[in-house]
Amino acid sequence: MALARRIIPCLDVKGGRTVKGTRFRGLRDCGGIAELSARYALQGADELVFLDIAASGEKRGTRTEWVEEVARNIAIPFTVGGGVASERDVERLLRSGADKISVNTAALRDPSLVTRLAEAFGRQCVVVAIDARPRGGRWEVYGRGGSLPAGRELFAWASEAEERGAGEILFTSIGHDGTGRGFAVEAVARLTGSLRIPVIASGGAGRLDDFHEVFARGGADAALAAGVFHSGRLSIPEVKAFLRERNIVVR
Amino acid sequence: MKPTVIIEYGAGNVFSVAMAVERLGGLAVCTDDAAVVRRAERVILPGVGQAAAAMRRLRARGLDELIPRLEVPVLGICLGMQLMCEHTEEGDTPGLGIFPARVELFRGVPKVPHTGWNALREVRPPLFRGVDEGARVYFTHSYRVPACEWAAALCDYGGFFSAALGRENFWGCQFHPEKSAEVGEQIIRNFLNM
Repeated sequence: MALARRIIPCLDVKGGRTVKGTRFRGLRDCGGIAELSARYALQGADELVFLDIAASGEKRGTRTEWVEEVARNIAIPFTVGGGVASERDVERLLRSGADKISVNTAALRDPSLVTRLAEAFGRQCVVVAIDARPRGGRWEVYGRGGSLPAGRELFAWASEAEERGAGEILFTSIGHDGTGRGFAVEAVARLTGSLRIPVIASGGAGRLDDFHEVFARGGADAALAAGVFHSGRLSIPEVKAFLRERNIVVR
Repeated sequence: MKPTVIIEYGAGNVFSVAMAVERLGGLAVCTDDAAVVRRAERVILPGVGQAAAAMRRLRARGLDELIPRLEVPVLGICLGMQLMCEHTEEGDTPGLGIFPARVELFRGVPKVPHTGWNALREVRPPLFRGVDEGARVYFTHSYRVPACEWAAALCDYGGFFSAALGRENFWGCQFHPEKSAEVGEQIIRNFLNM
């Protein structure tokens, strides 16, 4: 028996509600944060990721009231990201009960942030989130919720983040996000093949086979999905049963 | 019911541990005050950040002297458990010396940190009463205590290491019981019933 592959529902948070878009646009309301997270925990989610999608664009730190509310009610680990830009932001979120934080735009602006956070809080709680899409023959990294090309290439940036102290990489393929047509398996495989820290694959989950593919072929340590779970199209127990039948170790 | 004292010695996930205790009907007090810790009925030392910095903070509050002398049940979680050992490789840091064990970096494993849900082996009561062999709990750590005679549970990640330690009134979990769903709740319940 080995370490279980993780299934991670992702809750995009805006104004105290969960929302979901397609390719980072066209947001729809998906329900209250506390209700949705409690439901996923009960269904066997291995972890939750919350992304405050308004935070980075509006240049403010993530508010923490709802973080405490989540920590009060669920007994599985969770990561909070969106607008995290300093040691102070991280300290506040961890004190509110988050287990890990994810940095994206701020780390692109100042990569030394990753090192400082790893040194201050331990690398196990530093997730570097990378949004990327193919552009001009390479995987271009984007900041600010997928809107701003960062002038960096996915694989180089992921390796640098690892060297600087990231404990995990959360890779989202912008082009796959919200489409339900499967993960960017080739890019995931290249990441998992070259990194020595866990990789969470995100963007494109739609069918049971997509999860199997991203683990079996992509070598992902965890698969993250939002819309497919929020809509009820697939349930976590259903995904896990499907994987178990195909000899992927799950909890 | 007397409160369980959770030692708060810097930034870290003290809140979740307190909430886990309270979800089970316990009362939690978070403090770094040695006087409060000395009078506690039960003490939890959670995992916080980096080893050398964490030891410095314990020392600054006189807790490095106090904790090993406590006679009530004490539970270290993650880094908290590692600090209860003799020495940790992280920052070449001497620990509290409660468990005669040394903490080492994971070597020869595919990925570090060891992050996620892994299976418990050779679980021993009373800490693991009611917990099945093979039950999964949530780990996230880069350093580990090798399998040893004080192990109260083992876990396999590139070889067996101590998932939990126990010696007299002192206990340690390398994983996070407060983040390990129902299995973790059972373990915390067992600790609260000691």
